[in-house]
Amino acid sequence: MNESFFVVCCNRSEGAVKVKTLQTRVLIVGGGATGTGLARDLALRGVPCLLAERRDINAGASGGNHGLLHSGARYVASDMEAAVECREEGAILKAVAPQCIEDTGGLFVAVQGDDEQYVADFEGMCKKSRIPARQLDLGEARELEPLLSDKLISAYAVEDAAIDPFMLSLDNMAHALALGAQSIRNAKVIGFSMGNGRIQRALFLDETSGESFEVEAEIVVNATGAWAGIVAALAGADIHILYSSGSLLVTQDRLTKRVVNRLRKASDSDILVPGGTVSVLGTTSVTIDSPDDCRPTVAETDRIIEDAQAMIPILATTRYIRAYAGVRPLVLLGESGDARSVSRGFSLIDHARDNVDNFITITGGKLTTFRLMAEKTADMVCNKLGVTAPCVTRTEPLPASTMGRWTEPGLAPKSWVRNRDEADLILCECEMVSRNSIDSIIENMPGMRGNSMLKAIGLRSRVGKGPCQGGFCGLRITGHLYDQGHVSDEQGLTELKTFVGRRWRGFSPVLWGLPMVQADLQEALYCGALDMELDHNTDDFTCEDDE
Amino acid sequence: MTRNDDIYDVMVIGAGFAGMAAALFASAQGLKVVQTGATGGIDFSTGFIDLMGVHPIAEGKRWQNPWLAIEAVIRDCPKHPYGLLSKDEIFESVDTFTRFLAEQGLEYVGHFARNTCSVTPAGTIKRTYRVPKTAWNGSLALGKKAPTLIVDFHGLKGFSGTQLVETQKHHWPELKTVRIQFPGGHGELYPEHMAWALADPTVQEKMIAAIMPHAVDVEYLGFPAVLGLNDPQKVVDHLAELSGKHVFEIPTMPPSIAGPRLRAVFDRGLPSLGVCTHSQKMVTDVQVLDSGMFEFSVGTGAAKLSVTAKKAILATGRFFGKGLQAERKKLVEPVFDLPVVQPEAREQWHGQEFFAPQGHPVNSAGIEVDERLRPMDASGRPAYDNLYAAGAILAHHDWMRMKCGAGLAIATAYKAVKELMR
Repeated sequence: MNESFFVVCCNRSEGAVKVKTLQTRVLIVGGGATGTGLARDLALRGVPCLLAERRDINAGASGGNHGLLHSGARYVASDMEAAVECREEGAILKAVAPQCIEDTGGLFVAVQGDDEQYVADFEGMCKKSRIPARQLDLGEARELEPLLSDKLISAYAVEDAAIDPFMLSLDNMAHALALGAQSIRNAKVIGFSMGNGRIQRALFLDETSGESFEVEAEIVVNATGAWAGIVAALAGADIHILYSSGSLLVTQDRLTKRVVNRLRKASDSDILVPGGTVSVLGTTSVTIDSPDDCRPTVAETDRIIEDAQAMIPILATTRYIRAYAGVRPLVLLGESGDARSVSRGFSLIDHARDNVDNFITITGGKLTTFRLMAEKTADMVCNKLGVTAPCVTRTEPLPASTMGRWTEPGLAPKSWVRNRDEADLILCECEMVSRNSIDSIIENMPGMRGNSMLKAIGLRSRVGKGPCQGGFCGLRITGHLYDQGHVSDEQGLTELKTFVGRRWRGFSPVLWGLPMVQADLQEALYCGALDMELDHNTDDFTCEDDE
Repeated sequence: MTRNDDIYDVMVIGAGFAGMAAALFASAQGLKVVQTGATGGIDFSTGFIDLMGVHPIAEGKRWQNPWLAIEAVIRDCPKHPYGLLSKDEIFESVDTFTRFLAEQGLEYVGHFARNTCSVTPAGTIKRTYRVPKTAWNGSLALGKKAPTLIVDFHGLKGFSGTQLVETQKHHWPELKTVRIQFPGGHGELYPEHMAWALADPTVQEKMIAAIMPHAVDVEYLGFPAVLGLNDPQKVVDHLAELSGKHVFEIPTMPPSIAGPRLRAVFDRGLPSLGVCTHSQKMVTDVQVLDSGMFEFSVGTGAAKLSVTAKKAILATGRFFGKGLQAERKKLVEPVFDLPVVQPEAREQWHGQEFFAPQGHPVNSAGIEVDERLRPMDASGRPAYDNLYAAGAILAHHDWMRMKCGAGLAIATAYKAVKELMR
């Protein structure tokens, strides 16, 4: 099922300018895990909704996290409620969305120097939250994960798993769309028209076309994660959010079979999560002024490595292929200032409290509990709408979609080998993504390409995620996009620069060893050979004689 | 380890443009030369020879006249390696280098005091100093905006005629393109295989026959650079004869055939000048003998050998060439452990924007040399009396943004040889 742009559409006169107006029952602002999960939940209850996303699916924290389906053991000491939620939600997701999950199991390990009291209390705390944790003898632990430090002092097996957040959100969105929901990407909310204590209309800017449009809805849900405070303010509502940026590192190879957690009070660089052919290490917690400032840094990269090597020594020398970062939206309830001591539980706010009756904010929380967050939000929405249909996402399987499937490492090469079509060239050699796979991805995202179709392809596949970080595949795919007429004029080059520039955010913090060699080659290619850093549209650029 | 009892006059470490040029110039002086080095920048070369094109890079100012650009860069950045050479030396070096290439069948063309514009495989226009003769008609066609057909092939990825036409259509309206089946080719095609196939005149004839219906009203035919490996000019000439059009090549995305063509020239030409080459082997260790001579360990395992030389030229390139290595906290030079001029911390190596016009601070990192191109130690004196450095490993330039890569490599190699002869 394709995403479709056209909702119920009519034209409304706004002064001299005609502004397109879309109508729906529920407007969901934000296309992360919660927003897409909510769209699906409402669609399953028969409630029409429109999801509008400023950039692309999972552009915020939903795409900038470990991809860890928490067993709950991480929170047993700090937040028992969150721990129990994780346990329950983890079990539900493993049953209803197995395609998005690799049930790896997890370990909690402590090394010499870690807090022994915390270690001693751990099993008891897990019991209290009924979270399965089995003590391992140290030899057994190192047999399970040979890269663990030989300075282990304690190890437990838990039920952590790895989850693909992109597949999850794309599948949720695809299912919602199949059930009649609608979505728009690259649509930034820029204001709300208020009247009678309600949001009358939401005003958007379509960042692909540069045009604005409006949405009229009975209920508006703000599911913008870290941006929730900014969006709420547009409706005159107040939410105080602490922006906690967390950086993560992606290794070239998968280092462990299981999730490995440091058995200590939640801190930086505690968790190594396998994801397909790589592992993800993190994270940090740095308070930033604006969620738009979030990007991984060299300093955080170094700190993660230096800290995590106590748990798995090879992390000091292994090859990292990129870093990324996400902003945790931590809702400030009291006067607290420290990001880690603020609740990781979610906040569901009925803005009737701010005298806006048809406005709801859902933020905070974690990927593992996104379904529950969507359920509670949908309950509130339905209550306001007088809809009595119950939530079914606890048991209703999440269908695997063609939209989400290409994010899976290894699928593209398998499909290429299976279909062995002679004309189907491999365009991304690192991750073996072929021309047919690219075409299938494009087919499933008509319109709404945003400022770079290549970037949108990257989000929906493994393209740009291998060692070349988009350096070579970006060029090849751009040629293909020109061949297929998806780009014209200099647009393809501009979009390629956008894509490479975006990959650079994650690439630049890990430039030593082989990645530095790769970056040197990439710059020699794009700048040294192709002059792409220069402006090719200037009038002073002629090829005539100037002598 | 195999011992080689020969004592060479000079060891050239590196097999990119600078290493090849150094070996060429040194052997031309009658020196007994040995050369080592793994795949250098040459294998990823587009085949163009840049001399100097952009300065100041932060403004992206492009120069038609490379000599005026060099004057300006020496004035504004006195430590730029070009500052170590006179204009005559730079010209002489590039001229000698391209004459050697021409003698080996790889002719280059260009103006004395003017850069030439060429279309890149991305569709951008690049200014460069010397282009392979097989590409020259492309520069002429571009200059005249002549009616031109770009031919590309099913199965050859990374080269899109449509991309070239689309990016140029407002400037060059009579540029068009056609995609054809390569004679006898199916599935994925590789430039090197195509080049071999095109050595066969019947393949050339079949290809032209497929093209001609699309080429009725054009004067020029442009191809991806797959027109023969060892004697591309012969293929170009024959295609021109068959089609009655001017024919040219456009480099493909690196690694393109330009690399193997250049490498083949050196593989043929240098041994005939008496250069002993240990290609694809890296220097793994170096000892200074009592005599002051260097004893190098070259290669690894059973193929490991020992080479003794009176003098050495370090032309190992930057990170891609492994002349510089980035550790997590610092940059190092792995062969002699020479000091590397570099930004204070890794945080300052790169800017936040990849395409930032001013480039990245790490690009100017490298080895500092004295006026005789001898690398300096931490105290600012030559680290060894008999060690010279050339090419991209030198500090204080950004060849990628300034468009001075090949010129700088060739000119500093020339100067290094000249100095070691003194």
